[in-house]
Amino acid sequence: MSLGTYALRRTLLAVPVLVGVSAITFSFVHLVPGDAIDVLAGFQGVDPEARDALREEYGLDDPIWRQYLAWVTDVLALEFGESPITGRDVGATIAERLPRTLALGVAAWLLSLAIGIPAGIVAALNHGRPADELTRLGALAGIATPNFWLGLVLLFIFGVHLGWVRVTPPDAGLASLEMLWFMVLPTITLGTASAALITRLLRASMARELQKAYVRTARAKGLRERTVVLKHVLRNSLTAVVTVAGLQLAILVDGAVVVEQVFAWPGMGQLVVDAVDQRDVPLIQASVLVIAVAVVLANLLVDLVYAALDPRVRYR
Amino acid sequence: MTDREPTARRGRLRVEGFESSTERSLEDDTAWPRSVERDREQSRTEGSVGRSRSRWRDIWRRFRSDRTALLGAAIVAILTVLAVFAWPLEVTTLGYRITLQPFALAPYDPGELYVGPTNAGPSLAHPFGTDWAGRDQFSRVLAGGRYSLSIGALAVALALCVGVPLGAIAGYVGGWVDEAIMRVVDILFAFPFLVLAIAIVAVLGQGYWNVVAALVITGWLSYARLIRGEILSVREAEYVTAAKALGASDRRIVARHVVPNAVAPVIVQATLNVGTVVLAAAALGFLGLGLSPDSAEWGTMLADGRSSLLQGHWHITVFPGLALFAFVLAINLVGDGLNDALEPRLEDGESRTAHRGSRTHDVERRDR
Amino acid sequence: MALLEVENLTIQFYTDDGVVRAVDGVSYEIEAGETVGLVGESGAGKSVASRALLGLLEDGEVVAGEVRFDGRNLLELSSARLREIRGNEIAIAFQDADAALNPAYTVGEQIAEAIRAHETVTDTAARERSIALLERVGIPEPASRYTDYPHQFSSGMCQRAIIAIALACDPDLLIVDEPTRGLDVTVQAQLLELLEDLSADGEMAIQLVSHDLGVVADQCERVLVIYAGKIVERGPVEDLFYEPKHPYTAGLLASIPRIGDGRDRLASIPGRMPTRVQRPTGCQFHPRCPYAEAVCARRDPELVDTATGTPVDDGEPDREGPTTHAAACHEHTGDLEEGLDYEVRIVDSTDDDGCGESASDPGDDSAAVDNPSHEGELR
Repeated sequence: MSLGTYALRRTLLAVPVLVGVSAITFSFVHLVPGDAIDVLAGFQGVDPEARDALREEYGLDDPIWRQYLAWVTDVLALEFGESPITGRDVGATIAERLPRTLALGVAAWLLSLAIGIPAGIVAALNHGRPADELTRLGALAGIATPNFWLGLVLLFIFGVHLGWVRVTPPDAGLASLEMLWFMVLPTITLGTASAALITRLLRASMARELQKAYVRTARAKGLRERTVVLKHVLRNSLTAVVTVAGLQLAILVDGAVVVEQVFAWPGMGQLVVDAVDQRDVPLIQASVLVIAVAVVLANLLVDLVYAALDPRVRYR
Repeated sequence: MTDREPTARRGRLRVEGFESSTERSLEDDTAWPRSVERDREQSRTEGSVGRSRSRWRDIWRRFRSDRTALLGAAIVAILTVLAVFAWPLEVTTLGYRITLQPFALAPYDPGELYVGPTNAGPSLAHPFGTDWAGRDQFSRVLAGGRYSLSIGALAVALALCVGVPLGAIAGYVGGWVDEAIMRVVDILFAFPFLVLAIAIVAVLGQGYWNVVAALVITGWLSYARLIRGEILSVREAEYVTAAKALGASDRRIVARHVVPNAVAPVIVQATLNVGTVVLAAAALGFLGLGLSPDSAEWGTMLADGRSSLLQGHWHITVFPGLALFAFVLAINLVGDGLNDALEPRLEDGESRTAHRGSRTHDVERRDR
Repeated sequence: MALLEVENLTIQFYTDDGVVRAVDGVSYEIEAGETVGLVGESGAGKSVASRALLGLLEDGEVVAGEVRFDGRNLLELSSARLREIRGNEIAIAFQDADAALNPAYTVGEQIAEAIRAHETVTDTAARERSIALLERVGIPEPASRYTDYPHQFSSGMCQRAIIAIALACDPDLLIVDEPTRGLDVTVQAQLLELLEDLSADGEMAIQLVSHDLGVVADQCERVLVIYAGKIVERGPVEDLFYEPKHPYTAGLLASIPRIGDGRDRLASIPGRMPTRVQRPTGCQFHPRCPYAEAVCARRDPELVDTATGTPVDDGEPDREGPTTHAAACHEHTGDLEEGLDYEVRIVDSTDDDGCGESASDPGDDSAAVDNPSHEGELR
């Protein structure tokens, strides 16, 4: 199978998942207890005229599949409607919040790679020795630390106690130095669990690869141990890290929901939580959909990258 | 055997007189110790009672020798005992109060207001200090384990009850049933765990059982995938083909081959998931989407941690967080120890998971 | 001084079930340019012993012995010095070639890398030499195959590529570990042809490790038979095949299947080789030996000169020269009462299956490749 055919097949496989994701998101309106109109109106008492207008707008008298199709058509055109609470355009709100979460997520992801990969290598090279055990326990601690708690503790030490950083985001551009400085703590908080995951994964994967016959061949050639590990073993182990990139994205999104709350960071996570608080269903729907679609697309991308990296995948 | 033609002569050799009988052997062949490898192999494939008993003994022996895992188990046990005996447990039905557990390790009622000054730091009377309503933090942290531990245990147990049968059906029946179940799993997996849980809470509303429900709906997916994969790999294994050729029934194959092989990864996964679920429940509590705001749940206690921190009341955040950290770390230590004890083959470099390819396996053993 | 002198090599593994002595006091030597076979069942310790020469044991430990190569004791070299020798002066071609190649790099890169590890060459030069090596081991269209990944190679081609890697720096000693395992018969034959070419055209010494007597018979000048970590018989290939002095060797010979044999079933050696912690007393082979007597369970026989009955391992190992036919069986020190009553008959090929070959010229190997591994045939 060529890479092109594989890509096409893999992409087609994502379609039913996307349909399912949109169907579930769409059904929120009808799953939330109460009349759909109340739900769409944000549970604010509206007069009968406005109710009729809403009923008309959302086609609530149509069969459910027609409502779904109409909704999907709007969504595909990036028309998410207005928030009944704030009255603002949902699409515009998301467009404003998304870059902030992306910035935080990318920074945390890079940090987790920068910590996780070397830590995993060190652990695998010292298999069974104290350095390995220490890395293992460190990674476990990273996974066990509640990120909201870590964020609060960091905020208290560096923000309140030492006063090195502000406790709320500065009123500055995303790329400004002030903003980057503020982002240090959220990035660490968000990246910790991810780094721990990568460390554990790479440690296990490298330990497995080190047992393989090709490692012996590489050593028998007279290569330096460093070359054996960094060129031969790491290359095969990193594919394991690539495969969890999709999972990592999910972890980062979950983390962002919490971390943004801790650092008052105006991103998607905060948006979702606020929307749930205010029972702003159209906003919940749109944000959850955007997040889920991003995860599906990221997983698709990961599989394609994986196939390009490891030609054997396509032949399976 | 001395007189012989010169060896320069070439041709075929025939060895005569070397008989394969063992008549003259001094010991019976069966007296030989069978190789360990063969024993292991048999214990895996046969799954008979005697063998599996020694297998579990081996597992216990390996687990016992893992010091960090034992430490984890000890912490889990201690926290459980503290949670159960922190405060009397009473049920009220039909006007009767039935006391299930009369002991009280906690010095104060965790829900009682103004047992001390508000927002006081740690002192002898209140080792963990008091919160904004003057409640004793130490008592609240002790009793708070009840929520976290019971949510963790319940949500994982229920998720197992949903995921294992569905995964088994998908793997065993195959066809469109498999397609349908696994498509649902794929779709739900597209939502990040916590985001989906938040959405479910948004639909169902807050409260203990709603939080459990949200965690079960998100939690069963990984078990279904795990069991299905295990069944598919066992179905393809040679010894199952052999058993089928010998006329073994499906039920017998499942009981003797699938179950013993699938138990180990499910146990490990479930143990690690307890940690994940407890963290998620606490995160919901922290976001104010979990239990009611005055519950002594570790995450909920942190809900206004931010504002109290900014006022300098660090103790309100630190102690519930430490309890949460200790519990989740301990559970993970146990899970890791179980993993090593149940799959020693990994150490020999001949693990089944390695053969199967690490891809799906590592993804499924998602520790968040 | 021989090129390689192994003396009293002893290797232990530490397992959950106790200490396992995988190699137990093995001594042998290989002269420059010579091809020596190491034969034994799987698990006998032959692969472990070979890996230990270059310090490539993963979990075992060399607890005693010396490995002298060109006068240097390899076991005492620093890891940096040892690395200079690996793949350069001594090279190993491992068994199970599919797994022995890294799936993530092209075959060509894996050969070129071996060259670059020991010589300062340009990338183009390394590439050209790698292509030449691929050609030398018989890969068709080597220039286009250079960029192939291992999964695009057949098993036989992978084995050739592994040999090409080993040949990359023209080693003085090539260790080939089970080159034919897992390959089908015609591919085996081609590979053996390649090995024969290699041993014929150079100064290179070859240590051929195999469980297959047929392979060894075709290729080697001298043979060492290993059983349960010990050498039980050694000698020039002809002596050993025509006059096996150890019942284990005789058993191995008897178990080689032959076509048109006329016998109802193959003789096989009953029982299993002791591989693990618990070992029999006395001679390791006695529980499986049809000729075993009480003495065999009591005393472990030494490796003795089969003509004189004197031990060959005492003092200077090369007192009698490595070509002495020696075996470790009580028969040769006169301790067996009933003796070994097997006999090796040489059946003239013309009597047997009429393939019409008089087979008088040792160099004539025209038909040897047909099915060499499954016939106990000497040419």
